[in-house]
Amino acid sequence: MSREGSVTKTYEAGLGRPSSAGTSALVVDHLTKRFGERIAFEDVSFEVGYGEVFGFLGPNGAGKTTTVRTLGTLLAPTSGSATVAGIELRPGNGPDIRSRISVMPESPGLYLRLTVAENLECFARLYRLADGHERIDRALQAVSLTERANDLCRSLSKGLRQRVALARALLSDPAVLFLDEPTSGLDPVASREVHELIASLEDRGVTIFLTTHRLEEAERLCHRVAILNTTMRLVGRPDELRAQLFKRSLEVQLRAVLADPASLFSEVSAVEGWEARASSSYLLSVSDPDAAAPEVARALVHAGADILSITESRHSLEDVYLELVDEDVEAKRR
Amino acid sequence: MSFSWARVGAILQKELRDYRRNRFVVFTMSLLPLVFLVVPMIQLFAAKVSTTNAKVDTRIGISLLYMLIIPAIIPSVLSAYAVVGEREQGTLEPVLTTPVRPEEFLVGKALAALLPTLAVAYMIFGIFLGATAAFVHPAIASAVFERNHVLVQLLFTPLIAGWAIWAGIAVSTRVSDVRAAGQLGMFASLPPLGIVALMSFNVITPTLALALGLAAVLLLVDVLGWRAVAAMFDRERLVTGGRQ
Repeated sequence: MSREGSVTKTYEAGLGRPSSAGTSALVVDHLTKRFGERIAFEDVSFEVGYGEVFGFLGPNGAGKTTTVRTLGTLLAPTSGSATVAGIELRPGNGPDIRSRISVMPESPGLYLRLTVAENLECFARLYRLADGHERIDRALQAVSLTERANDLCRSLSKGLRQRVALARALLSDPAVLFLDEPTSGLDPVASREVHELIASLEDRGVTIFLTTHRLEEAERLCHRVAILNTTMRLVGRPDELRAQLFKRSLEVQLRAVLADPASLFSEVSAVEGWEARASSSYLLSVSDPDAAAPEVARALVHAGADILSITESRHSLEDVYLELVDEDVEAKRR
Repeated sequence: MSFSWARVGAILQKELRDYRRNRFVVFTMSLLPLVFLVVPMIQLFAAKVSTTNAKVDTRIGISLLYMLIIPAIIPSVLSAYAVVGEREQGTLEPVLTTPVRPEEFLVGKALAALLPTLAVAYMIFGIFLGATAAFVHPAIASAVFERNHVLVQLLFTPLIAGWAIWAGIAVSTRVSDVRAAGQLGMFASLPPLGIVALMSFNVITPTLALALGLAAVLLLVDVLGWRAVAAMFDRERLVTGGRQ
């Protein structure tokens, strides 16, 4: 289930930009973090609108977690600037920023000798929430853990601990919720539960900054994604990224191999190029698949070919990601 | 955002709940004080009235020094775990992403080590005095109840604990291993005991003015210790573990 349908309504302004100016939950401008000589991330710029689910992708060591820690005021940036939940990222603003955001780190970080409710109570008090007990009840309901409130956290499975961590992150009704690899190490069922929770948060209008290296997760949950590999490689909606990197194409599957495909496809004006694939299928480069498909079908029928299928070939976000990461690997080799 | 006692209370309550269910802490809190009660009692029970005043004074000095080892050892064990323990468990990062300030976090941790220590140390001292009054020869008991001895115990128990706590937390913010933190914290907690030992053995004549003066110095050191540890509290180093 892709979220792109709803995205189109809200984020039409295009690549890397939420539609309405002045409503950005995060504004990051040429941000860099170095540890001595080592660059964690460099010259990173992007914006995230309120209510947006923003995916932050990249291979291990790309700087995703360091970016979250920097925006969460745990680390000081080396250069550049950022505004988090409307507050400028400066050393003195740390407590104010942290009061408006929540960060769920990769490891749940629960106090295992405390119960679920005691863990949440501690954090409700750290945020100085006046209606702490109501918030705890609501957060537990949101993650379907009300009945486990009095269980010690050490008795919970990894998936349940992750849900408690998510409940903890929701306590303060944050303006921006940072989720760092929320499904890392979870089995498929637990991952699906976390995905459903994130989707329900989106429905509630929570701004979510999701770091992950699970591409299907990002494609499924995020309005827009950024791909980071120390430097920012691309920002945009998944379909925009695909369009940027790959030409549109039709995949034609026939019963038998064509005798002279070159002359056949050259006579179809909509086809810009072609290549043969395994088992009597062909990939045709086209600029408008909807217009090209009938024209291709007519030409094939006229040539006496038996058509099994003509479909627009889809590139996944994984294709986009691998294309970029491979480019980086190639560049490093050179 | 100003200093919040509510956030201090959150840390304190969390710590106390955690201690209650931590076998190691329960063991440290219950068994060690018992050892430091039994040994000095044996010292006093074995003392004979016929021996010289100097020998009796030495036995009393040793007994009272045992009492002061409690506020040095217990909080150093607890506080040494305070930061490095959370880091090892992975609980430090979530706490540091809340609005809590280093000063609040540290005061909460320090109070969580101080309050149980005071409760245990004073309780053990009370039992010691009660047993002394009931079972020890009256001549020796009256020497134990001498005003300066009791004052030194009452005054120096929280001050030595304060030193031990800040030394332990300081170590805890800088090391990356819980065991090393415990050992170093215990070492760092010992210096004030040296001065108290000299007073207990009457090497330094324990006048009221001297005791109050030393207490004032120790109090100042405790307050400065808090400020110094707060200044040493580097979120970046704690989160990255110094592995940058």
